Amino acid sequence: MNFDDTPQEAAFRAEAKAWIAANAPKQYEDELKKASLGRIQLRSANILEVAKAWQKKKADAGWAVPHWPKDYGGRRASPIERVIWQQEEGVFGKLGALFIIGHGMCGPTMMAYAAEDQKRHYLPPLASGENIWCQLFSEPAGGSDVAGLRTRAEKDGADWVINGQKIWTSGAHYSDYGILITRTDPTVPKHKGLTMFFLDMKSPGVEVKPIKQANGQAEFNEVYFTDVRIPDAQRLGAVGDGWNVSLTTLMNERMAIGANVATGFPELFEFCNNLMLEDGLAIDDRAVRSKLASWAVRASGLKYTSFRAISALSRGERPGPENSIGKLVAGAMLQDVATYALDLQGAAGVLSGPDDAEAAGKFQAMLLRSPATRVEGGTDEILRNIIAERVLGLPGDIRVDKDVPFNKIPTKGR
Amino acid sequence: MNFDDTPQEAAFRAEARAWIDANAPKELEAELSKPSAKRASENRDGMIDVAKAWQKKKADAGWACLHWPKDYGGRGSTPIERVIWQQEEGVYDKLSRPFAIGQGMCGPTVMAYADEEQKRKYLPPLASGETIWCQLFSEPAGGSDVAGLRTRAEKDGDDWIVNGQKIWTSGAHYSDFGILITRTDANVPKHKGLTMFFLDMKSPGVEVKPIKQANGMQEFNEVFFTNVRIPDSQRLGAVGDGWNVSLTTLMNERMSIGARLSTGFPELFEFCSNLMLEDGLAIDDRSVRSKLASWAVKNSGLKYTSYRSISALSKGDRPGPENSIGKLVSGSMLQDIAMFAADLQGASGALTDGDADTAGQFQAMILQSPSMRIAGGTDEILRNIIAERVLGLPGDIRVDKDVPFNKIPTKGR
Amino acid sequence: MNFDFSDDQKQLRDEARRFLTEKCPPKAVREVIDGKATYDRELWKGLADMGFLGVAIPEAFGGSGAGHLELCVIAEEMGRALAPVPFSSTVYLAAEALMLAGSDAQKQKWLPAIASGAAVGTLALFEGSGNPSPGAIKLTASNGTLNGIKKPVPDGAVADFAIVAARTASTGRETDISLFLVDLTSEGVEAKALTNIDPSRGQAEISFKNVKAELLGPANEGWSILTRVLDRAAVLIAFEQVGGADRALEMGRDYALDRIAFGRQIGSFQAVKHMLADMYVSATLARSNCYYGAWALSTNASELPEAAAAARISATQAFQHCAKNNIQVHGGMGFTWEFDCHLYYRRSNALALGLGSLSYWEDALIDRMRQRNAAA
Repeated sequence: MNFDDTPQEAAFRAEAKAWIAANAPKQYEDELKKASLGRIQLRSANILEVAKAWQKKKADAGWAVPHWPKDYGGRRASPIERVIWQQEEGVFGKLGALFIIGHGMCGPTMMAYAAEDQKRHYLPPLASGENIWCQLFSEPAGGSDVAGLRTRAEKDGADWVINGQKIWTSGAHYSDYGILITRTDPTVPKHKGLTMFFLDMKSPGVEVKPIKQANGQAEFNEVYFTDVRIPDAQRLGAVGDGWNVSLTTLMNERMAIGANVATGFPELFEFCNNLMLEDGLAIDDRAVRSKLASWAVRASGLKYTSFRAISALSRGERPGPENSIGKLVAGAMLQDVATYALDLQGAAGVLSGPDDAEAAGKFQAMLLRSPATRVEGGTDEILRNIIAERVLGLPGDIRVDKDVPFNKIPTKGR
Repeated sequence: MNFDDTPQEAAFRAEARAWIDANAPKELEAELSKPSAKRASENRDGMIDVAKAWQKKKADAGWACLHWPKDYGGRGSTPIERVIWQQEEGVYDKLSRPFAIGQGMCGPTVMAYADEEQKRKYLPPLASGETIWCQLFSEPAGGSDVAGLRTRAEKDGDDWIVNGQKIWTSGAHYSDFGILITRTDANVPKHKGLTMFFLDMKSPGVEVKPIKQANGMQEFNEVFFTNVRIPDSQRLGAVGDGWNVSLTTLMNERMSIGARLSTGFPELFEFCSNLMLEDGLAIDDRSVRSKLASWAVKNSGLKYTSYRSISALSKGDRPGPENSIGKLVSGSMLQDIAMFAADLQGASGALTDGDADTAGQFQAMILQSPSMRIAGGTDEILRNIIAERVLGLPGDIRVDKDVPFNKIPTKGR
Repeated sequence: MNFDFSDDQKQLRDEARRFLTEKCPPKAVREVIDGKATYDRELWKGLADMGFLGVAIPEAFGGSGAGHLELCVIAEEMGRALAPVPFSSTVYLAAEALMLAGSDAQKQKWLPAIASGAAVGTLALFEGSGNPSPGAIKLTASNGTLNGIKKPVPDGAVADFAIVAARTASTGRETDISLFLVDLTSEGVEAKALTNIDPSRGQAEISFKNVKAELLGPANEGWSILTRVLDRAAVLIAFEQVGGADRALEMGRDYALDRIAFGRQIGSFQAVKHMLADMYVSATLARSNCYYGAWALSTNASELPEAAAAARISATQAFQHCAKNNIQVHGGMGFTWEFDCHLYYRRSNALALGLGSLSYWEDALIDRMRQRNAAA
């Protein structure tokens, strides 16, 4: 048991480290370090431009999406090399947030289902950040129940005509392309009537509207489709096979290991180290210590769980669904930590302005953003189901919609 | 809003108080006042004789089963008078435990379904504690899922012949009678093939075996039935209507308000008020205070929830399923408190010999508390009740509802 | 990075599991719980024959010298099997103290005896209610003579020797404490077994009346040695806790698959499956913290104090959580003496207290993190 690289890994790390040291946009390092949850903003520059510039620079030197094949813009790095790259890229990795969905989900789906010429055409600019992609899956009628979607695609000659609405689409407003799952047959059971496409987000009939969130930010969008035409050549997978195609996409989402999920603990620890209470530093108070300790072991537990997963990768094993625990633990913890940090501030904890609030309002922002962490990308309840079913082998929920034609499934609870 | 009795209530309270003052077995007061966890380690059987004596005394003076009709041994009191009586009876109420199931569940069922002659025969001695009744519902195959029971009753002339096994029967070994739910038709869906009876526990073929619990105590029994004959006249309700009859019984279980559930908080508060830690009293330690405060408000929340129910009773309202929160909150709280109290004692917290300061009460509580989250409705069933009957959420999806009972799987894998 | 046990170590784990499955079924644990024996002597001998007692003891002192990672592997299996033997007191406490501070002669006398199963040892630290602290030690040593009472002493009624923490001065500093090695057959030693919530592991009160004893380690350095011993034991016991937590989780999972209610496997109800998922999360976080503790223990890393406290807290929480909810998943049957659930519940609560309370370790963890933070 050790934390050492193999000689090969060490060589890769050294190369990555040297290149990053020479090329990273260091002028943004401090700001990126402080960036908390939600969409990152830079005070002096447009985050989109900075992110695209860094991604392009990486691509030119062969460091963009390291684990992709060379032909598609990657460098065919091993999974462990990918992790090493992430570790070395450090805070600059936060600039990759804009590309995560394209690289992590859309790209792998294209790679699995698009024609070779399409892959060579679309993937390299996706890798280099010249194109941004989004994923159009969630709908008002289908959140955790993705397959409950109702956006229709109807064949018309060599095209498909799309009508409907998607929701919770990150980055739709600055995306160039998207992958889109639609219902092509509502008369068969829900999982059987779906078909996947990719499309140009500038196609006529696509309308993007930002969603104002509970915390006041707007990270996500609604996307409306009105008679949008997509050529059949942009279909991914067979007609009616969209559910299986989407599983490829979603599986890749959960494979992203070593992506450090924020728990709020380091921030709270630092805060308590400096906060004066009436009778001394917060960290000297036993009530505070007891809470800190409980969270400390959860945070370190997650960290070392990811180390174990990395070790498994390093041995060439595929990481399994057990990695679902990361977001499950971190989401609830973030909310509890934020609530507690406000409590430590007493009545002043309600102030949220960066100049009035302790720690520049970081915990207030965390409190307001954290509920979403427990919902997006798989709710706590779905994650517990995944652990119970795929790790522990417990039976799935009893399904009443499985063999029913989609248009016979009730759409209103009462 | 006030905590005052109405004039009528005040008069009733004064009468009750005076009678109790003159008649209660005061020599038992100290013993009965001991903390609940300590009592839990006592042998309930040893209390039967004194409990019966107190119950008989109450019955003779018209204070037994107050809310029952006079003809059946009660005094026709209102629900609020019943609560007032419980408040006044105080620690002596603990002597009623051996009768709780008989009077709280079996009695109302007999009252609802037996014929008049039977009621006049069986209910007065049940009220006076001369006979003790038990409830034979749970089975190895049906805990939370009561209707999953498999004990068979088959008609034979004017009798029914019962074969099978019940479990978790409190007091079966000292009970005179029991109400028994059986399956009389396994070919119809599970809720439709059940029939209820009452029987003499001394009937040939009834065998009672104590269950040794995880904490080493024996409060419950298994009851085995081998060709036990029950006359058809002792059937309660129609053949096949046993599920509805049992709902009467179970509804009455949850109606008992003001039955104070032990949370462990008063014991913990007292313990922390006296325990010296390395740098002072435990109750002066802020981490201890933080925990105590969280539990204190749960404890008071339960208390005042029960006050609200009492007020509703006083106005003549029927208490609803919202009373399910009592056991749900107190069960896990008891467990958490017990573990915290042991933790405060450090390595010595594992000892059960009983230091002078705690007499091992929290250790007994650790070992006993898991059952509080299970007995009389698991935490999960109680959450279902709150979600479904209070909040109006839909029930679990049922796969066994329209299936003949003998087609329902019995093994998971 | 190779943050995992090696193939050899995993093979050792499989071997230990096979051995304990055969030699230490729940029936064996119940023999001790029911008071038919003070501990399972046959199992103890078997553990010695397998080389498990001396796995971290150097070859020069009769052990196999394999190391502490191997001991962690064994510890997990011991916890999983609820082994009713004085393993933790002898191997994690007494042997570790000897290896850290013993003279060559002391090691020569006791370590081979431990490895061969001939001697049971323990650490006599506590004196009634409370947590590890120099101020709480009242038992005195003057001119090598001990007077006082220790309670609770793990496996104190069956131990052949004990490391005893004693007061050798009264300046109010840590240096007031020294450690002594006592042959428990000495005159003036009296051990009395105490009942405790987990009767599969013994606890005792030992009184010392003018008992002759020899120093273990330098005088006045007892407390600093003790702190290191406790940290090392914390990691090892955390592995027992993780082993127990995993087994309790498996039992709950198996029952949820086997048991039918309302016509379905009870594991198909979200209330039950989510409870099990949460148990898995606790157990996984604890295991990962324990691995870090194992690394720190086996490399004598400066991170050990912090890693040990984190492993201890995490594993304590996980085992208590899994053991209590294993009963819950089993419902009423889980509360019968006949089912094994309570054996794990008892053990989870006993292990949570044995090295001092959760709040003590919570306090220690934050202290240590803070010191590291300040140093950085």
